[in-house]
Amino acid sequence: MTTVPITLPKNYLNQDYTLWSWLTTIDHKRIAWLYLVSITFFFFLGGAAATVMRLELATAPGDVVESETYNRLFSLHGIAMVWFFLVPSIPATLGNFLLPLMIGARDMAFPRLNLLSWYLYAIAGVFALTMVIAGGVDTGWTFYTPYSSLFANGQVVLAVVGIIVAGFSSILTGLNFIVTVHKMRAPGLTWMRLPLFVWAQYATAIIMVLATPVLAITLLMIALERILGIGIFDPKMGGDPVLFQHLFWFYSHPAVYIMILPGMGVVSEIITCFARKHIFGYDGMAFALLAIALIGFLVWGHHMFVAGQSVYASVVFSLLSFIVAVPSGIKVFNWAATLYKGSVSFETPMLYALGFVGLFTIGGLTGVTVASTAVDVHVHDTYFVIAHFHYIMVGGMVMAYFGGLHFWWPKMTGRMYPDVWGRIAAITIFIGFNLTFFPQFILGYLGMPRRYHTYPDEFELLNALSSAGASILAAGYLLPLAYLLYSLRWGPMAGPNPWDARGLEWTTPSPPPEHNFDRIPIVTQKPYAYDVPKRDSDPA
Amino acid sequence: MPGTDTQESIALLPRASTLAERVDAQFFTLLWVDALMVVVLFGLIIGFAVYYRRGTLRNRVSNAPQTRVEITWSTALLLIFLSIFAWSAHLYVEASSPPKNALEIHGIGKQWMWKFEHRGGQREINELHVPLGVPVKVILATQDVIHSFFVPAFRMKQDVVPGRLRVAWFTPSRVGRYHLFCAEYCGLDHSRMRGHVVVMERNDYEAWLAGFTGTESLAAQGEKLFSQYGCIGCHGPGSKVLAPGLGGIFGKSVPLAGGSIAVVDENYLRDSILAPEQQVVAGYQPIMPSFAGRIDEADLMRLIAYIKSLSAPQGAP
Repeated sequence: MTTVPITLPKNYLNQDYTLWSWLTTIDHKRIAWLYLVSITFFFFLGGAAATVMRLELATAPGDVVESETYNRLFSLHGIAMVWFFLVPSIPATLGNFLLPLMIGARDMAFPRLNLLSWYLYAIAGVFALTMVIAGGVDTGWTFYTPYSSLFANGQVVLAVVGIIVAGFSSILTGLNFIVTVHKMRAPGLTWMRLPLFVWAQYATAIIMVLATPVLAITLLMIALERILGIGIFDPKMGGDPVLFQHLFWFYSHPAVYIMILPGMGVVSEIITCFARKHIFGYDGMAFALLAIALIGFLVWGHHMFVAGQSVYASVVFSLLSFIVAVPSGIKVFNWAATLYKGSVSFETPMLYALGFVGLFTIGGLTGVTVASTAVDVHVHDTYFVIAHFHYIMVGGMVMAYFGGLHFWWPKMTGRMYPDVWGRIAAITIFIGFNLTFFPQFILGYLGMPRRYHTYPDEFELLNALSSAGASILAAGYLLPLAYLLYSLRWGPMAGPNPWDARGLEWTTPSPPPEHNFDRIPIVTQKPYAYDVPKRDSDPA
Repeated sequence: MPGTDTQESIALLPRASTLAERVDAQFFTLLWVDALMVVVLFGLIIGFAVYYRRGTLRNRVSNAPQTRVEITWSTALLLIFLSIFAWSAHLYVEASSPPKNALEIHGIGKQWMWKFEHRGGQREINELHVPLGVPVKVILATQDVIHSFFVPAFRMKQDVVPGRLRVAWFTPSRVGRYHLFCAEYCGLDHSRMRGHVVVMERNDYEAWLAGFTGTESLAAQGEKLFSQYGCIGCHGPGSKVLAPGLGGIFGKSVPLAGGSIAVVDENYLRDSILAPEQQVVAGYQPIMPSFAGRIDEADLMRLIAYIKSLSAPQGAP
């Protein structure tokens, strides 16, 4: 372990304290903080909407809010969580902070473009908030036509413009990541020496750059349809409402991988560190990330098995969906195998990472269930699907995000949080999550459709259970907010490498200096060189 | 066996169609496969994590044949997934088209109700009565946005998209009253767009149909509309205008002006009324005016029923 310094040397945080210095920064580490603060706001906004929804659903009749309000709440929940939290979550915060540090660079390839990404995100956020204040939308986050284009009477145009701008923010981030990984790696850092976190960000960036433009053009067509009545999705004018679904899911299914690949990267870093082991099957893990990113572009039609697409198209999309599940399965096996013959300890980040593997496994296996055409006909658009994707997005990505935040928090702030509280929060979130979403699998099989404000009485018991679980989950999410803020001032100094982890980011002081490295490191070995030396006196 | 579902006590959700048994067989098989994989994986993860926890004296020298292990489990996973895929796709393809002799009922979804009309003209709202053991084909249209016809007890769901007719079909296998939901979000009262499907013994169903008085069959209503909208002027017998006759065409293939072939089904008839210039029968001029915007889904459904009746074996429904 390292000695704890009495006074901090100049670092990226104490260079300058003014607001102006933050709003004009081109330091990737400060931009990460700008994102962190903004996405935390949207996480709690989306969470508040979900809280009211679960309150409403605790009983069968509509007794807390009106149907119209309920419909606007689930739309807000989806829009805020998908585009303003999950898509930017790990890439824009941890990715921004760590990518240059992990590859031994002084900044991103395009620091100004990086800041522009955040400003675009902020402008998009202003659109989204204006939309909410002006009354919101009731289209759901999926904006299915012709409801969204011809029938809905909310702030649809404001919402889609906000999302389009947010999309450009992620396109620029993706572009920056791709160029940075290609051009800025330290000497000796070959592709097969990259940490898996970097591979995950790279694979994510490819999807961001290739898929997001399709979303932009699709939503633009919704806006044009509403304003000018151009008729692309209007059958009365020769248009086709199902065309929208094809275009939307051509983005939104790959976007699911934007929302999970970065989490896989984080978990690979954490598990190797707390198992003191090289990752099992490094090449396979990197290959699996790319395979998921690429095959993920070819499975969008599995959202439309009952929408009336050709039977044979459905069968092909189903086949491809099964194939994309294989690399995900390989990853789970490899994480498990990494623990074998390791020296495992259970600090907060590790609890989140293990929670991720468990919940992602359940989410993935139920994904196989919904990829099965005949079964999907029954469970499509029911709570089964809701439970499935929350196991991936919340059980997977949010767990990974929290795990990553706890893992690199000492690097980002220079301070440690109370680990006991961290573990309590991780376990609370895990339990609350399962109590909330497991009953929804059963509800879905029983036939409860999604987006229902009121429902038949026989679904009440399971819904009440789910709502009770949600209160535990909500408490779990508030805990880190409290103790992480506390640690900023009162947490003990962490030192450069509190976990005794490998990786270039741990070779600089915490918090890192503005230019990251005094001397650009030279890399001579593969990542995760944990086997020697051992952290404690384990018998080998 | 119809009507004698002995599994009822253990099934969470009634299995009320012939499809339901088969979908459940797949669903529960998948559930057991999932459960097995969860037990094995969680067992390994928790087992390794606990056994190799820091501070324990264990042999940590690993000489696992890494590549062989990786190839083995990847291949195994692929094979398991491919078998599930094939099993499921087989049922899906088989269940995708209704038998020829199915009983036809017309349905229209609109914000926020389901309307049904039986062949004899019997109408109902948010209720659908069907006979036991007979394949039923519900020909669905929507008047506004996308709705989805979902009967959990039948394990069957079909989106209804504006501009197209869609078919939902099932063979009820158990008498009872089951939920009918709209499964595709359709606006304000989406969650109240609910109804029931009532499965009755065949005799009871016939009696129920006969209980309606003063109804006129769909085809007869369609015949009146055929004159009312002026279709008869060109398509009627002895018409002076050169237009294709409609007798006996349903279910046949017709050559189109572009050289392609179209099968005359419900959607072809619907398209030909609303956008006649798009699929002109070879040898005819595209002179028919479009009826888009002048004729609603309910009248379309009656006109189609009438044109179909012209191809029925006895010439009448």
